[in-house]
Amino acid sequence: MQRRSSFIRNIDWWTILLYIGLCTFGWMNISGASFSFDQTTVFDFGTLAGKQLVWIASALLLGGFILLLDYKIYDTTAYFLYAGMILLLLATRFLSPPGGIKGSYSWIALGSFRLQPAEFAKLTTALAIAKYMGQYEYRLRSWRDLLIPLAIIGIPALIIMIWEKETGSALIFACFLLVFYRQGMSGYVLLCGIAAIALFIIAIKYDSTPLPLGTGSAGLFICMLLILCIGLFFLLQENKHYIEKWSVVGSIVLIFGISLLVNIWIPVNFNWISIATVILFSIYLIVTNLYKRNPALIMVGLFMLLSVAYTNGCKYAFNHVLQPHQRSRIELILGLRDEPHGVGYNVNQARIAIGSGGLFGKGYHQGTQTQMKFVPEQATDFIFSTVGEEWGFIGTAGVLLAFLALILRLIRIAERQKDNFARIYGYSVASIFLFHLTINIGMVLGVLPVIGIPLPFFSYGGSSLWGFTLLLFILLRLDAAGAEKMR
Amino acid sequence: MINDNFYKRQYVISGMAIFVVIVYLVLLFNLQVIDQVTKGQAQGNAITQQAIYPARGLIYDRNDSLLVYNQPVYEVMMTMNEMQKDFDTLAFCRLLRIDKAMFDERILDLHDTRKNPGWSTYTQQVFMSQLKKEDIAQLQEELYKFHGVEIRNRTIRNYNCHEAAHILGSVGEVNWDDIKADDYYKMGDYSGRDGIERTYERELRGEKGIRKLLRDSKGKIQGRYKNGEDDVPAKAGKDLQLTIDIRLQQIAEQLLHGKIGSIVAIEPATGEVLALASAPTWDPQIMVGKERGKNYLHLLHDKSRPLFNRATQATYPPGSTFKTVQALVCLDDHVINQNTKYVCNGRASTPIKCTHSHGSPVALLGAIEQSCNPYFWNAFRDYLQKGNNGSKNSKKLHERYSQWRDAVMHFGLGSRFDDSDIYPQKGGNIPSEEYYNKRYGANGWIALTIRSLSIGQGEILVTPLQLANQTATIANGGYYITPHLNRNDSMKLRIHQTGIDRHYFELVKEGMGRVMTNGTGRHYSIEGVEICGKTGTAQNSHGKDHSIFIGFAPKENPKIAIAVVVENAGYGATWAVPIATLMMEYHLKGEIQHTDLFQRMSTSNTTQLNAKKE
Repeated sequence: MQRRSSFIRNIDWWTILLYIGLCTFGWMNISGASFSFDQTTVFDFGTLAGKQLVWIASALLLGGFILLLDYKIYDTTAYFLYAGMILLLLATRFLSPPGGIKGSYSWIALGSFRLQPAEFAKLTTALAIAKYMGQYEYRLRSWRDLLIPLAIIGIPALIIMIWEKETGSALIFACFLLVFYRQGMSGYVLLCGIAAIALFIIAIKYDSTPLPLGTGSAGLFICMLLILCIGLFFLLQENKHYIEKWSVVGSIVLIFGISLLVNIWIPVNFNWISIATVILFSIYLIVTNLYKRNPALIMVGLFMLLSVAYTNGCKYAFNHVLQPHQRSRIELILGLRDEPHGVGYNVNQARIAIGSGGLFGKGYHQGTQTQMKFVPEQATDFIFSTVGEEWGFIGTAGVLLAFLALILRLIRIAERQKDNFARIYGYSVASIFLFHLTINIGMVLGVLPVIGIPLPFFSYGGSSLWGFTLLLFILLRLDAAGAEKMR
Repeated sequence: MINDNFYKRQYVISGMAIFVVIVYLVLLFNLQVIDQVTKGQAQGNAITQQAIYPARGLIYDRNDSLLVYNQPVYEVMMTMNEMQKDFDTLAFCRLLRIDKAMFDERILDLHDTRKNPGWSTYTQQVFMSQLKKEDIAQLQEELYKFHGVEIRNRTIRNYNCHEAAHILGSVGEVNWDDIKADDYYKMGDYSGRDGIERTYERELRGEKGIRKLLRDSKGKIQGRYKNGEDDVPAKAGKDLQLTIDIRLQQIAEQLLHGKIGSIVAIEPATGEVLALASAPTWDPQIMVGKERGKNYLHLLHDKSRPLFNRATQATYPPGSTFKTVQALVCLDDHVINQNTKYVCNGRASTPIKCTHSHGSPVALLGAIEQSCNPYFWNAFRDYLQKGNNGSKNSKKLHERYSQWRDAVMHFGLGSRFDDSDIYPQKGGNIPSEEYYNKRYGANGWIALTIRSLSIGQGEILVTPLQLANQTATIANGGYYITPHLNRNDSMKLRIHQTGIDRHYFELVKEGMGRVMTNGTGRHYSIEGVEICGKTGTAQNSHGKDHSIFIGFAPKENPKIAIAVVVENAGYGATWAVPIATLMMEYHLKGEIQHTDLFQRMSTSNTTQLNAKKE
């Protein structure tokens, strides 16, 4: 009895409270999104809301069950679960309905019951990462130490993306980079990630914008200029030779000056000029610093070379590798396309729904956009538009702040773990929630591409609800166990 | 703690989460609270407004008999995307009593966006319209078998009378120009196309109501918005009472039977149009429902141009009837007085011969009675040359001419009654000084050049409506009230003065009375009623002269002023006078005692007479 009551006391009830609150509000919105006029009760089990109620009830049972299980089994079975999941992901393609569901082969259909193993792959991957990186002898000292963790997240991600054709779920696996960062991965990797996104957006968005002088596209030129600036920034900071570094700056300025002068008589392609300048500059950095043994500037040079290759690669991939529908989604986000009835229909209708909610919303079951099914996928990926329309800014702000509270709470729980396994796992959970929140709401608001991933506890679907519940309650169980050991 | 070197990174990660949430909160605040654009879009998206059609106002005649009312018709509506594969086309055709070919043709027409700009598979399309209850009764019973088909009811006009087609006008579907001009109208709405239906469209149509319905993303109606709380009920159109006496109108149309021409009767004291008939005409009842289009085309291509309202749109030279106006204008200007006499040499007169034989010289009353052409030529010439003393100062003459024209136009002649509700109207023409300057040169014309005007011939053109109004002006002794069709007191306030002394009108009335006792109108009379009138014969370059008569009765306190024009019928006295006296008789006595004359008039056919002669 003594043990049981202390166990209950050790459970993080704040998290449970937020979980139940979000699930309840989420269910109300699913009921709003699927409500229709001829319906007499929201507790009809034939409707989405009715079905979701069953899912929530079973998820609660599942959560309770997790809390009662021994906390040690996750550590011991992590690799088995991971391997089992890989096999299941591979098998799913054969078990999914012929032709897939909306082009994806990520569903296992058993009669009317459908399960998406990818939603659980995040959990097994998190456990495997925690197990591997939590080993006593593991240290993240160089990039070589990252190879195995990268493989652990890469394998399921690639299977889901290529084998099951479910890109959205696969992208979520990038959230483990945050975990690596917490465990000591260089912050430059994250910065590189941000640079990669920025270069991609600029290169594509301004690809067809001509330069005011000479020939070439503005996008590529700006990217090269940015890379050049990053290189010069490091050069000016690291190199102590005053004359040398300023003569480099001077020669770069001279190259552009001469090109501008030549451009008066012969049109100059400034794209080639800028690419050549960046390459020359990076070769200079690498060669001179090989001699001087300054590895930091060699890395900068390599980074610049890679960036040039990456930027041009992006351009090429965008125009020649991507499928037309993928291209159009990206073009839409970058504002290169305006199609209220085409590709942008979802996003446009979702924005209209959210915007029409105003400050206080139209009230529960009163959203006309929602009720009239103007937003496709509204009960699933676009559920946030229902929140926006029926509950207004008060509702959306409330949901965002509740999620923020949950994520911050999860980080805090992770931080207080004495056990490496539990802490790394905790960070994985927090990162998964942060990525889902960021990508889903960014997509509904139209600032990120339409990537079909659910909003935790809100989007209709048993797999994702069970997946998130398991993630959360396993952490709570580990946390309770940690607190117990403290005593 | 092993990795504690990096414990500060928890703040970086927490910071990222906070940053993302703050960015999204700002975006949401902007989208939900500041941006107003999306709110309107959502309205248009999900709430569709359906019109509730009001009942159109009824139309009564001056004695409260109902002329025009509404009748329900049915439209078969189709929503293509709701129609299923098992749609039994043949059964559907059988129930609507159409054949498969017609069905296919209609479906093709619906798809044609030129014929049907509102084409959509999601919204209701009008498959067939203007159906009567018996046409859709069978389909109605088995409607449940046909998904996507609905029957909608509308109202169309129906008529209690067979007359007054030109006055009443008709109601038809609006065209693009109407929609552009007035955003009240939507495609498929009805509006008054002509006649009184057009003039009083705003009053008669009422106000459409709005039924707000919820529409889903496929355009399917899901139910009422807020249970109809925000709906706006339709306001029924206002009823209209016409000044027309439908029985007098019937008499008029019967009298014009077999003739081409028109009758306009006005109550002088009020300006109310008692009857306004144009022949040939049509039965308004044929311009209703499914047959409207076919019948309309038939009328449009009829060589006798029945759609042309001769009472208000045809212009004729007024002929000798104009002498009444001529006399008044000259009297008022003191060019002549009651005793002024001019010599008439009968057929030998120059420059205009006299067609009647009478004593000479002749004074005003005698000249009116005998319709003496030389008298009015002399008076007109003296009017134009007054103060000129025979010199060739054309400037003075032109001034005088403009003064004369102005005086004539004060009788409502030669221009449209802009403040009238009669539609359509033609203006006619009293030529301006500029017209003659252009035609003959600034110094190229003198009184002699325009001599025909003195006897109402030449370039002068007026409508029968203007003639009737001019008669009412004389009957009133110097003013007229704009002729109108709406029996509404405010219309009676539109008084127009000629500015001519009342005393002169008494003289002209006297002369017109003598026309009916001794002159060209002497063959026809009404027992106990003193009639004043003037015949006219309008020369017509296309054929036989037009027979014209203007008159009013009784002489004291006139109740009816009338103008009759019978085209190509010869002298005014032969056709126009008996028709006018029968009209007066009916109006004043309530019945026609001259039944044999009425019989003769209403069965004779001037167009046949002409045909035989030609």
